[in-house]
Amino acid sequence: MAWFSKKPRIATTPEPPEAPSRMQGLWAKCESCDEIIYRQELEKNLNVCPHCEHHLPWSARTRLASLLDPDTFEEFDQGLEPQDPLGFVDSKKYKDRIKSTRKALGENDAFVSGVGRIQGHQVSVGCFLFEFMGGSMGSVVGEKCARVFERAHELKCPAIVFSASGGARMQEGIFSLMQMAKTSAAIARFRAVGKPYISVMLHPTTGGVAASFSWLGDIILAEPKALIGFAGPRVIEQTIRQKLPEGFQRSEFLLEHGMIDAIVHRRELRDKLVQILGLIG
Amino acid sequence: MANVSYPLDFERPLIELEKKIDELKALSVSGSVDFTSEISKLEKKAKKLQTEIFSDLSRWQVVQLSRHSSRPYFLDYVSHLFTDFFEMAGDRCFGEDPSIVGGFARFDGRAVMLIGHQKGRNTKENMARNFGMPRPEGYRKALRLMELAERFDKPILTFVDTPGAYPGLGAEERGQAEAIAVNLEVMSRLRVPIISTVIGEGGSGGALAIGVGNRVLMLQNSIYSVISPEGCASILFRDATKADKAADSLKLTAKDLKGMQVIDEVVPEPEGGAHRDHTKMAENLGKVLRKHLGELSALSPEALVQDRYRKFRALGVFSGR
Repeated sequence: MAWFSKKPRIATTPEPPEAPSRMQGLWAKCESCDEIIYRQELEKNLNVCPHCEHHLPWSARTRLASLLDPDTFEEFDQGLEPQDPLGFVDSKKYKDRIKSTRKALGENDAFVSGVGRIQGHQVSVGCFLFEFMGGSMGSVVGEKCARVFERAHELKCPAIVFSASGGARMQEGIFSLMQMAKTSAAIARFRAVGKPYISVMLHPTTGGVAASFSWLGDIILAEPKALIGFAGPRVIEQTIRQKLPEGFQRSEFLLEHGMIDAIVHRRELRDKLVQILGLIG
Repeated sequence: MANVSYPLDFERPLIELEKKIDELKALSVSGSVDFTSEISKLEKKAKKLQTEIFSDLSRWQVVQLSRHSSRPYFLDYVSHLFTDFFEMAGDRCFGEDPSIVGGFARFDGRAVMLIGHQKGRNTKENMARNFGMPRPEGYRKALRLMELAERFDKPILTFVDTPGAYPGLGAEERGQAEAIAVNLEVMSRLRVPIISTVIGEGGSGGALAIGVGNRVLMLQNSIYSVISPEGCASILFRDATKADKAADSLKLTAKDLKGMQVIDEVVPEPEGGAHRDHTKMAENLGKVLRKHLGELSALSPEALVQDRYRKFRALGVFSGR
């Protein structure tokens, strides 16, 4: 046992929230300004801190419900379930990890998808559940995502994907990596119908998800201050052996470097989507 | 026999034995004493030792072989298997990235496009090649060359050998993720044959970005993984020294991937590993490339796109509908 052990000084992508505890109860605390907020007020404000406008994590289902026209969302592929093709074991068996996560969240994997309408425009949508193993992409997420584009292709309607993911899911090894190619190939086919694919990057969008379908949007939007990039900040710091500048890999930084189209406040997202769909949907 | 300058621990006994044999041979030539019987005895022993060591490699040993500093790199295959190589530089956008090399060449007289990651043999070369870790410019150059190949109806042969895309500040600023994503999409719809061969390390998205082929081949002692065993160990086991364990968990060898039907064929290496005999290795690879290129050349452009799409669309393991 070492007397001193070196701890990483800088936190990287946030750990997936310990689901309920912080989100339950009457009060919530803003992770940015530390203000205590009345939960109902926070929820009414779309989980955006009313004091500092920080965009707190927002559940995928609530997001879809609030962006789509009321009662128009029809979910697809909810029966897809993850397998354990490698028999992967780290500190825990992957099988057990999936089992306990599925039980805790009542979700099969890290992606919810289906068809709905926005101001009457039919759209094929998908959204990551970051709380499910950091929104990591394994076979189920990749398959569901590919089907979002195939459905859009079939229905000749726009596709919208909301990304929040640490990247590929290590526990499914090479199969996770191959989902990058699979989803990108599905997009290549979808392009033929002449309908837009709008990619909305949430906090955080990194790794194999950023480096495949997320960055292939005809239009790429991001929520304010979302961490977006290929490598995580800690990996980069270890590689270049210096501290990263403030705001590096945040939405504002990417906008400045020409890597995304616009940063959109959560409150204005539906209006922007309506505007885009009106122009090219 | 190739000169193995930095042998791995597990191949050291063999290398030392061979050195002894060479010394004896030198003595026999110069001196009057006849060592023929000793030499032949030692050679038999060396052969047996080699079979012993290499018949049952652990995954971690394969990882080490895939990174062997004497292993043939992309440009070695270029000189062994192709003629008339015309290297083309630059992404026409920001810069030239020597960690990916590409250009037209001839294979059996026929013009093809070659694109590959290139590592360096020594520190100086590795500085220039960035240890085979491309920046966005490398991927954009590759993209440019692949689109050129399509325009001139030439097949594309890619050679994967990278620890991964470079995780640096400038690379992020210039859109590393975007560059990789675009390659994945474009490769999936190119109307010419694409054969991708993992010749050493297939490091994650940085490898896949030139790896979307109609055929994906791997050399016997190469690896292909979503994350390096070290990276996996430090994240999941919180201990980078457990990389050998992570390598087992990740199932990243050519044999593993063939077993899971993720790749099409394993290209056999000369006994003792590709680094022991570059010429033989290139011969083996050439034979396999020739076969697949022949098969793919019979397909129409539409069929090629369809074939590649089906291949990658089918990858994934899940249950339910």
